[in-house]
Amino acid sequence: MKFLHLIWSNLKRKKLRTILTLLSIVVAFILFGFLSAIKHALAGGVTLAGQNRLVVRHKVSIIQSLPESYKARMERIPGVGLATHESWFGGVYQDPKNFFAQMPVEPEQFLDMFPEIALPPEQKQAWLQTRTGAIIGRKTAGRFHWKVGERVPIQSSIWVKTDGSRLWEFDIVGIFDAKDKATDTTPLFFRYDYFDEARAWNKGQVGWYLVRVKDPDQAAEVAKLVDQEFENSPAETKTEPEGAFLQGWAKQIGDITLITATIMSAVFFTILLVSGNTMSQAVRERTGELGVLKAMGFTNAQVLTLVLAESCVLATLGGGLGLGLAALMISRGDPTGGMLPLFYFPPTDVLTGVGLSLALGLVAGIFPAHHAMRLRVADALRRM
Amino acid sequence: MSGPVNWLSQVASVSKFGLLSIPQRRGSVAAAVFGIAGVVAVLVGVLSMGAGFQKALAASGSPDAAIILRSGADSEMVSGFLRESTRIIADAPGVARTEEGSLASAELFVIINLPKRATGTDANVPMRGVEHAAFKVRDKLKLLEGRMFEWGQNEVIVGVGAASEFAGLELGGKLRVGRREWPIVGIFSAGGGTAESEIWTDASVLQAAYQRGDTFQSVYVKLVSPGAFQEFKDGLTTDPRLNVKVLRQAEYYAEQSTAVTKLITTLGYLIAALMAIGAVFGALNTMYSSVSARTREIATLRALGFGSGAVVVSVMIESLALAVVGGAVGAILAYVTFNGLHTATMNWNSFSQVTFAFAVTPELLAQGIVWAVLIGLIGGLFPAIRGARLPIAAALREL
Repeated sequence: MKFLHLIWSNLKRKKLRTILTLLSIVVAFILFGFLSAIKHALAGGVTLAGQNRLVVRHKVSIIQSLPESYKARMERIPGVGLATHESWFGGVYQDPKNFFAQMPVEPEQFLDMFPEIALPPEQKQAWLQTRTGAIIGRKTAGRFHWKVGERVPIQSSIWVKTDGSRLWEFDIVGIFDAKDKATDTTPLFFRYDYFDEARAWNKGQVGWYLVRVKDPDQAAEVAKLVDQEFENSPAETKTEPEGAFLQGWAKQIGDITLITATIMSAVFFTILLVSGNTMSQAVRERTGELGVLKAMGFTNAQVLTLVLAESCVLATLGGGLGLGLAALMISRGDPTGGMLPLFYFPPTDVLTGVGLSLALGLVAGIFPAHHAMRLRVADALRRM
Repeated sequence: MSGPVNWLSQVASVSKFGLLSIPQRRGSVAAAVFGIAGVVAVLVGVLSMGAGFQKALAASGSPDAAIILRSGADSEMVSGFLRESTRIIADAPGVARTEEGSLASAELFVIINLPKRATGTDANVPMRGVEHAAFKVRDKLKLLEGRMFEWGQNEVIVGVGAASEFAGLELGGKLRVGRREWPIVGIFSAGGGTAESEIWTDASVLQAAYQRGDTFQSVYVKLVSPGAFQEFKDGLTTDPRLNVKVLRQAEYYAEQSTAVTKLITTLGYLIAALMAIGAVFGALNTMYSSVSARTREIATLRALGFGSGAVVVSVMIESLALAVVGGAVGAILAYVTFNGLHTATMNWNSFSQVTFAFAVTPELLAQGIVWAVLIGLIGGLFPAIRGARLPIAAALREL
């Protein structure tokens, strides 16, 4: 600790160089933050998906529907705690650019299935009592300035009503929040009973099922039992844990993890060059001083630590600043204007970032530090 | 008259100093060059994905071809027609005809789950049921291997993109859809267009397999000429028996590509801009150390009567030289790594996979070099000014 002052003075020796190196490290970590947010936004909350939830869809493809009657059969399967369904509504509010998802659900079971959705109890009651009622996520409600009590018209590109019209109207009875950041608050959920009665075709058919297993350890077995139950029927199913389902969904876009990892390694390789170069310049300039320190009795280990500490201070300072700025910029929201509803900085990645900055400091400093340690006092002093 | 010549020779001698001392500063020079190369490689790489995607969709529509969807539908997936409507469309004025009838193909569009080779996870692979005219409506279609499917049979042909991106689509193999098995009898190409991502079969066979009755989702037509479009469109949209939307194929595909292209370009520019800022700091660092390493030389030259303008210009020349080298390295890297790389992504508009090849276009390469030059300019300017402003006496004392 008593050498902190020495480290600090060394960093201040060439202020401009230190600041420029610091700034490039800051930028690298802002990028790191952005890429983590993008990765998570595209992967759609995979990490926090319910451990005990399974998604059941039609085996051929998700656009094919499953009979509503499957629900009762699923609930009879041992290990299944709750089964409920959702469907894709594919509606447009005024303009296709205003995209957000809408889904008919069974309100009570739906709220039971997704405890991460926070809806005030009185709004829940209102939803259960209003047939045309719908709840909307905080983000979309804010986007269109919708309030409880409002009636919103939505044009469906898929569903025709029995009267031949495609315009559906919903009464907003509640606005929900998320209990964690990984939950999307852009969709609109409305009642399946209203939907099924009003639609002209495909009655009694639903998009996909969600199943809650009683014991998360048995998820794989329950999934197999569900698929067996519907084997050789006209609508065979494919059941997987929610996490795997969402991950598969994200991978339809491409291997995002691979892409972001590739960009990140390019960035860090560059930053490593920049800061490593700064450190070796700093050591080269100070050869004489290091010789003096050694002549005064500094051990090899102390010299090594001194140089390493200097590079780690620079890297963690830059890393911390960069991560902080990234968090600030990310909290301002989705840069694409609505295409990435889940845009946030995951806390685990903040930790990874701190670890990375420390690693950067160590790797960038190790060669100059080693060089400084091996300096012979006589050689070093001769250079003064 | 000797003024400009003298000035140029001053610039040349100061630049020579800088450029010749590069080997002594290889660490910091390499950092700047690789930093700029990284920016250009990432920028060009990411944008080439967007360009490739757009190119695949643009290659799908010729100017004399049109697509008809149900009014209000934004993609084939959510469109729908009864057979009567498709007949009215096929008989409409403006549609090209041969002895075999109208060049109009009423089609069905569904998706099936197949594992993507790259990730091993399920992907929404598009499957299309077509009529006889489909091959004349799209003029770039070519059978590469095997044979055409038999009309009325459970047989499929597979686009060359789909065959390479998704597992289980080999020629001679069998495609399993539910409990049915469809022999794969041919592989076809479509001039790089989206049809290459698809699996094709007879529309009536697909109707039966999907219990669709006698319905279709879209009609593709070839017009007598590109100019006949307006008349054709007006005829259909004013027909009281129909409720349709008529688009040129090129227009339709351009619309289909907007969401994905916007996502890719926004994110691509964002990442590249951040990296560019980082690279500017790297370049500044390098050029400042370049100037400070030559403090004495510069001061000596100034004392001998060299102008400060010559110093500024020569530092800028060095910085630009490094930037251009970095930019070229990055551009070459991006070209070698990405150009022609095949991949598939989700087209949200049609809810299905589109296979395409990354396209590193000359415009993108030029754009990369422009970015590199800008980074070099900014990175050189401040150190250059500092070099020029050094007080001569103080700098000489550093001897």
